[in-house]
Parts: sequence; C-alpha cells; structure tokens
Amino acid sequence: MIRKIVYITVFAFLLQTNVVMAGTTGSEELKSSDTQNTADECFEGFSRAMFKLNHGLDKVIFEPVAKGYRALPTPIRKGTGNVTDNLRSLLTLSNNLLQGDFHKAGDTAVRFAVNSTVGILGIFDPAARLGFEDHGKEDFGQTLGRWGTNSGCYFVLPILGPTTARDAVGLVGNVFLDPVFHVTHNSEVHNALIGNDNYSEHNYYYYRGTGAVDFRAKNIESFDSVEKNSIDLYASLKSLYLQNRKQKIANTKSAVETQDDSDWEELDTN
Amino acid sequence: MKKNFFIIIFFVFGLTQKSFAYSSDPEQFIQEIVDEAKKILVDSNTQEFKTEKLSELALKTVDIKGVAFYTLGNYRKELNDKEMEEYLDLFEKYFLKSFTSRLTDYSEPKIDVVSSDVLNLKYTIVKSLLLGTDKKPEVNIEWRVYTKNPEKPLIRDLIIEGLSLARTQKEEFSSVIQTNNGDVTKLFITLKEFISK
Repeated sequence: MIRKIVYITVFAFLLQTNVVMAGTTGSEELKSSDTQNTADECFEGFSRAMFKLNHGLDKVIFEPVAKGYRALPTPIRKGTGNVTDNLRSLLTLSNNLLQGDFHKAGDTAVRFAVNSTVGILGIFDPAARLGFEDHGKEDFGQTLGRWGTNSGCYFVLPILGPTTARDAVGLVGNVFLDPVFHVTHNSEVHNALIGNDNYSEHNYYYYRGTGAVDFRAKNIESFDSVEKNSIDLYASLKSLYLQNRKQKIANTKSAVETQDDSDWEELDTN
Repeated sequence: MKKNFFIIIFFVFGLTQKSFAYSSDPEQFIQEIVDEAKKILVDSNTQEFKTEKLSELALKTVDIKGVAFYTLGNYRKELNDKEMEEYLDLFEKYFLKSFTSRLTDYSEPKIDVVSSDVLNLKYTIVKSLLLGTDKKPEVNIEWRVYTKNPEKPLIRDLIIEGLSLARTQKEEFSSVIQTNNGDVTKLFITLKEFISK
C-alpha cells in the first residue's frame, strides 16, 4: 500500500516535470501575464473534443437523471447525500492525515463514527449538532497540492471531466487511499483480505455514482446559468475548475487569498 | 415666505437625492442593492420588468467600464480609440444581458450581508450569504467593492463560493481571442452574437 503511494507520488513529480517540456498549441504561444493563473493546456484539441462528448452525455444521461433524483422528497435526497458524504469522509480522513492536519482528521474521524452509529449509517448528521464541524472534502490531488506539487497542464477526461496532471494522479491515488474501495474490492493487504463477501465492486460504483448524481442535482441551476451566459463554455468551465481547485488546496473560500489581485490595482475609472 | 419656500425646495431636493443615492459604507451599500434586487425579483413581476429594473440597478451600482477593462486584460492596449469605444459599448450590452439573465433565475433571493474586509483604500470585500432552500444549497457570495471614491462605491466583481465571475469572464475572453490567433476584433463578433441571441 505504502509502496503504491510512493510510486504515485514519484509519478506525479515526473509528470509535472514533463509538463514543462510538453508541446504548445498555437493559442498557448500567445499567453501573456493575463493568464498567469491559468494552467497550460496539455492537448487542447483532444480536451475540447472530450468536453463536447461529456457535454452531450450530460444532456442525454446525467442531467435527466439528476432532475429525476431531484423530484424525490427532500428527506430522501438529504439522507442519500448524507450517506455518500459520510462514506466519502473516509477518503478525506486519509488525506487529512497525509497533509498532517490532525485537528481536521480528528473531527473527520469523530464525525464518521458518530454519524455511522447514532446517525444510522450516515443518514443523519448528529455530529454537526455536537459541534464537530465538516471541514470539507479532501482528495489526493489536494494533498499533492498541499505538498507543493504544481497543477501541471490542464485536460479533459472522458466522463470524469476537467482535470490537471496533478489531479489525474490524484484520481489514481484516491483509489488506493479510499477505504471504501478496499472493502468493496476485497483488497489483499499483508496476505489478509479487507472486506468480506457482503460487498462487491458494484457497491463502490453505486456509491460513487450516487454521489455524482447528488452533486449534479444540487447544481442544476448553476450549470444552466453558466451554459446560458458563456461565450466559450469550455474556457468558462476550465477557469471555474482551476479556481475551485486552488481554493480547495488553500482551504479557503475567499478568492482574494488565492488570486493575483495586481490586475485590479491598475484599473482606475473614477 | 421666501425662507419657507427655500426650505421646502431644499427638503424635496434632499429627499429626491436620497432616493437615488446609495450608502457610502460598502456593507450598507451592498445591503441596499440586495434589498432593491429582492423587490425587483418578486414572482409577480414580469420577466421584462425584472430585466429592465435590474439593468438600471447595474448601471447605477456596477463599475461596468472597470470590469470591461479588467476582462480584456492586456489586450486592451492593442485597441485604438474607436475600437475601444466599440468594445465598451458591446461589453455593456453583453454585461447587462448576462447579469440580468443570471439574476432573473432567482426568485426573491434571501441574502444576508455578513461582514466586510477592507483590502486597501481602493477595495473592500463585502461577504454575504445566499440562504439555501429545499433544492439549492446555501451559497457564499463576496462582492468586490471599488472604493477609490469613498462617496460613491461601485461593484467590480462577484465571487461566488470563491469563484470570481470577472476572472472567469476574463479567461473566457482570452480564450476566444487566442483561438482566433490573437485577433481581438473576433471577440467583438462573438459578443455581438451573444447579445443578439
């Protein structure tokens, strides 16, 4: 397990170094200081094609499913969202520890224990009422960011959507760090099996899929608004994705803390 | 008699001025805008009415010219006076359409102004919270208020859950220009298409 994490980390750093040497498209050559917060594209043509594919799949599958899900009674949706969040918190816990954030790790562990028991498998969130704050989700991409890894170049994956070189490595790392994955896949660790026959790989994908549908359902209007008001939807979503990842790595909700404000300083209109 | 007349005129003038003037305190300024928007966005108002009134509100309270400059970034240095004039005109139309379209999706939004941070003499960030509903989660909204003229603050950016709308627009504009080999005038065509949609 540890060996796998070391491999992933080494791979992440190698990828980051390679990104610097990656070829550029015509558009990238024109980049100026204006785009200093924008990651370079790995392969823009491919990414735009994948973006179109994902957008089409969203229209045909994900959005209708999310709308159907939203038609369910509020307590069912809230309970479902809570259950997936509770399971997801185990991945957060692994990353809290890797980031050396023991205070948050403690809160996350207590939240999981309380919500899984008193909260009936995570349907309810009594831990919040007891004062154990939800500090937000963490993943291995964020951990790599906390360790100082640059984002690397940006690209779009089929179905999984926007990512960067660092976050793509993070996606692989998440699989190794997520206890839910190991329990449902009956992983072998030190010649012993984690999990049992009650769980199958399908359970893992149901849990991940449900989490995605819950997220999509909570953001139907936001997605529609961005789509309706964009002149280049691909660029809009790229910007939003990169800004969001910066916030998450910095553990802040304030754009002022993560963005270069010098562009604003030189603008005087009155 | 003459004195009374002046007092009445002064009083009426004062009242009229008051009804058009917003507070110079950034937090109060945002609260007033939010309250005004809430009245506009009541269900009984027609879409046209909402669009018209929100446009008027934006013209009075947003530094559209400042946002236009910011959004174009360094490319603004490549424009001559005539092109700049055309860009500012197009941007205003684009901005108002985009701004009103985003807001008219909300019905009587409940926004509480929470606090503010003075960044420097020019900028204050006002923090607010859009309260959640059964279907939508709670949303943190920050307002970048331009305070260079302390008597007349203006909004320059809206930061929703840490995501800056102005920055997103800027990167979108930059992408359109870059994919057209750096030709800024191609952005004008895209803006015209958006406005006429």
